[in-house]
Amino acid sequence: MTTKKTILIVDDDQDYLYQLKARVESFGFQTLLAESQKEAEELILKTKPDLAILDLMMENEDSGFILCYKMKKKYPEVPIIIATGVAAETGISFDINDENNRKWIKADLFLEKGIRKEKLKEEIDNLLIKMNS
Amino acid sequence: MSTLKILVIDDEPGIRSGISRILRNFRVDYPFMEEAFDFVVQEASTGEAGIELIETDKPDILLLDNKLPGIQGVEVLEYIRKKQMNIIVVMITSYASLELAVKATSDGAYDFIPKPFTPQELKSSIENITKRVFLKKMTNKLQETGKQIRFQFLSVLSHELKAPLNSIEGYLQMIRERQAGPQLESYDYMVDRMLERIKGMRTLILDLLDLTKVTSGKGTRDIREINLVDIAHTAIDTMRPYSIQKDIKLNLHGNDVVKVMADNEEMEIIFNNLISNAIKYNREGGTVDCTISEDGSCVEILVEDTGIGINPEDLNKIFDDFVRIKSEKTRNITGSGLGLAIVKKLIDTYKGTIEVTSQPDIGSKFKVKLPIDKPCS
Repeated sequence: MTTKKTILIVDDDQDYLYQLKARVESFGFQTLLAESQKEAEELILKTKPDLAILDLMMENEDSGFILCYKMKKKYPEVPIIIATGVAAETGISFDINDENNRKWIKADLFLEKGIRKEKLKEEIDNLLIKMNS
Repeated sequence: MSTLKILVIDDEPGIRSGISRILRNFRVDYPFMEEAFDFVVQEASTGEAGIELIETDKPDILLLDNKLPGIQGVEVLEYIRKKQMNIIVVMITSYASLELAVKATSDGAYDFIPKPFTPQELKSSIENITKRVFLKKMTNKLQETGKQIRFQFLSVLSHELKAPLNSIEGYLQMIRERQAGPQLESYDYMVDRMLERIKGMRTLILDLLDLTKVTSGKGTRDIREINLVDIAHTAIDTMRPYSIQKDIKLNLHGNDVVKVMADNEEMEIIFNNLISNAIKYNREGGTVDCTISEDGSCVEILVEDTGIGINPEDLNKIFDDFVRIKSEKTRNITGSGLGLAIVKKLIDTYKGTIEVTSQPDIGSKFKVKLPIDKPCS
């Protein structure tokens, strides 16, 4: 029997958190939830998730990046997805495949928040496979 | 150090080299300017050659003789004006053609220097122009930051408007897909959350309307003598159902009549926001005390609560647009993040002040002062 993989979801919008939790659990994963950067930091002291999905703007505009940085320091091998609505709204876009951005944004993947659920599942699976290979 | 480019168009070689020499080691530096300026000088002997240089290497300042062998100075001026180039033009002209110089000035030349001129005359003219260039740079910069602020406001606004829509859409999809299976209670939760988000959005829209009223000018403003105590009563009555829910006592202290010259609706906005915040961020069973008093040439409105308070590091942020302090204590409190921004902007238009003091877990105190008569805009 295989144990379920644990996915950490951090978002300050309690509704988005609830919905993403339901979605990710429907894929067959366990979830670990936090509503702020601070809460998440405390959580990862004790627990190591298999993958994390972080919101970008929480307490601060760049909470997601900071959390991502701290997580990668502690668990370099855990894949991180940053889910954000920021690109569509502000025209700001981050290209994660750009060399310069990769250096300081440690996330493995950026996702738009309105992503289809099949696509989300595919991305999560890909990252988990990559990590285990 | 910034360097300004100067182009001299004059058919007399002596004038051209003279100007180059005078300006070679010249610097303009004022205490009020952040930077000093020096100059590089280019020369052209005809209008045609000058235009060529203007096209290839646009100068900041053009020193232009009118009487030239080919096309005339005014024609060069005309060319620059037509192309709307951002060049400050100074006509170099003999006293005999002063009239022409005046005409040139009305055609867009900034200044003229009569020939012959002393080095000092040239320098003081260049000094004036440099000040102007500097000020223009400053205003451009300010306008850009103004644009920046508007852009930020709009992008945050769109985020604030889209978040509840996304959330409602998400729940509707879950319901359509029957994601919670046959357990009806889970669907109740989703419906409740959707209603809550719709309520939040409605608040945001109302606050936005208030904000546009404040920022879009004073067309509908009706300044007259009004009694602030009446307005406080109305605000308290409006909030009463809300305070009963949270078991919060609302007290109004002070005289029965405190008059001020102001717009009724705007004062309502101030009271509604301050009192509703005092309830929202209060603890259950707490109190809200509102005191209105006269203090010399000002009226003072105090709104005190016994709530969660504000951390010192957040105090300077709370009057900004869309700022909501996020913490464990505020997570179940909804708001647009515009209320205090509106209050602050309104009070500013009356040349009043608002101050806040607060202690976490003990309470916050907002103190508003408004001049009694003569609102300022």
